[in-house]
Amino acid sequence: MSAPEIIDLSATQAVAEIEAGRLSAAELFDAYRARAAADELNCFTWVAPGADGSPPAERSATPLRGVPLAVKDLFCTAGVPSQSGSRILEGYRPPYTASAVARLAAAGAPLLGKTNQDEFAMGSSNENSAFGPVLNPWDRTRVPGGSSGGSAAAVAAGLAPWALGTDTGGSIRQPAALCGIVGLKPTYGAVSRYGMIAFASSLDQAGPLTRDVTDAALLLRHMVGRDECDATSLGHPEEITLPTAESLAGVRLGVPEELAGEGIDPGVLDAFRGALERARELGAEIHDVRLPHAPHGLSAYYVLAPAEASSNLARFDGVRYGLRRDAPAPTGDREADEDGGLVGMYTHTRHDGFGAEVKRRIMLGTYALSAGYYDAYYGRAQRVRTKIVADFDAAFAEVDFILTPTSPTVAFPLGERTGDPWSMYINDFCTVPMSLAGIPAISIPCGLAGDGGGGELPVGLQIAGPVFSENRLLDAAFALERALGFDGSRARGGAAA
Amino acid sequence: MIDRDEVLHVARLARLKLDDGEVESMARELSGVLDHIAKIGELSLDDVRPTSHVVEVVGRLRPDEPRPCLPREVALEQAPSVADGGFLVPSPQA
Repeated sequence: MSAPEIIDLSATQAVAEIEAGRLSAAELFDAYRARAAADELNCFTWVAPGADGSPPAERSATPLRGVPLAVKDLFCTAGVPSQSGSRILEGYRPPYTASAVARLAAAGAPLLGKTNQDEFAMGSSNENSAFGPVLNPWDRTRVPGGSSGGSAAAVAAGLAPWALGTDTGGSIRQPAALCGIVGLKPTYGAVSRYGMIAFASSLDQAGPLTRDVTDAALLLRHMVGRDECDATSLGHPEEITLPTAESLAGVRLGVPEELAGEGIDPGVLDAFRGALERARELGAEIHDVRLPHAPHGLSAYYVLAPAEASSNLARFDGVRYGLRRDAPAPTGDREADEDGGLVGMYTHTRHDGFGAEVKRRIMLGTYALSAGYYDAYYGRAQRVRTKIVADFDAAFAEVDFILTPTSPTVAFPLGERTGDPWSMYINDFCTVPMSLAGIPAISIPCGLAGDGGGGELPVGLQIAGPVFSENRLLDAAFALERALGFDGSRARGGAAA
Repeated sequence: MIDRDEVLHVARLARLKLDDGEVESMARELSGVLDHIAKIGELSLDDVRPTSHVVEVVGRLRPDEPRPCLPREVALEQAPSVADGGFLVPSPQA
């Protein structure tokens, strides 16, 4: 099989080809390794020198047959750089591997490389990385989305068969949408968080970024399950199966006006309405539903996530790993020396190690949790979260799934939104409510749109379902994917040398 | 909404040194973000219980049996500075 033929295979097709003896796992690995090593999009922070682990004969008996996996930098991988896109973890090589990565390796998916991301997963454009921004393979002057920007761009550009990302407020779904691929945020607790460098623990969830819905199902199948190293991980009540649905007959789809009208770019709305039309042709009933508190999700999220982050990121203090900056030597001047010694080492290390957005979120979270403000911000945000959960419960009493655009806009130009934090945060408008409710949601490409500045860029359709509805969600997404017939092959042409 | 002194106070709580320029931009940016967030102040939430976590986690116990842990030399391997089998840090009195 020629290299272009190999790259054209989806991960599931590659598994089948290896199974049938028409392709070897080594050939596949080498084809992708060569492309990943020639990456011009800054997707990778590290590329594997070769497929490590079990011998090829043993791997051929595994379900994933050696189809290699790109992994977001924030997953700890033993002996392999894992910096969560931050300078403060410069040179860090963890002594252990994250459970999700270990499970997939055991299922036969060896590590292809680590992918670029926004620092500590804080961002929606991948511009907050210590490794520099990732370029969108559809248009290299634009962002790939974030925070799992490297994973999304690598899959879209055919530099990896599939990839692992994490989603706290949209960090899998939004970059998947902006890069024209599939991204799934599972139910909170479905996948172990053990070994993920934490951002916001009550929201962080690992999930697949893939070329199509079938690949997402196959990868998810081997990620889920309870892990005694993560007390919040739950066993999935169902085994994840590969989707087969061809129709949506009798399926009730809800469209919430709060997330599918005002604030969404016209081109994105056109593509979204086109997808609703395809769904109707497949037999789905389209209903209006209300999520009255969803527009407040963004405000609640930008209190809760920074609050959790300010606590989680306290561990980066220059003592046990990563960067250390000592305070200047004492001068004898009492006021100047206040910033010295042990505390000075902490503050200087964190000053030099964290980027601007991470500092902003630590400050925001610390402020929201500080005496006098706790009730007004953190307490209220937690109550808004309760209302959002209740909104979804009420909606799912009437419909099977909720459909929205994934992102209010298509991929925007690099540098366009770095000046104003809220203009960046607003990218998460449609994805944050599902994160707060802990429900599964998938983004699939549903068409192309311009942004006024012209260009044809991918638009994502978000489908959300109740807790643990992954199998039905994947089935619905699969049926729609076939009907939409999105062609992402253009992004794979010429992305690597 | 949030001034220079407040920024410095919060930065101290967060163990974060900020340059003078950073203090100014932080005050401006945080105020901007807090203006947006303030909208949740308009909602009536008095009788609503807070949600900290969407998963009901029940305390799970396991047998308290000794088992191997991270060896000391592995734990120290990544440290910027070590001495006598421990992490070396500047004196708090310095």
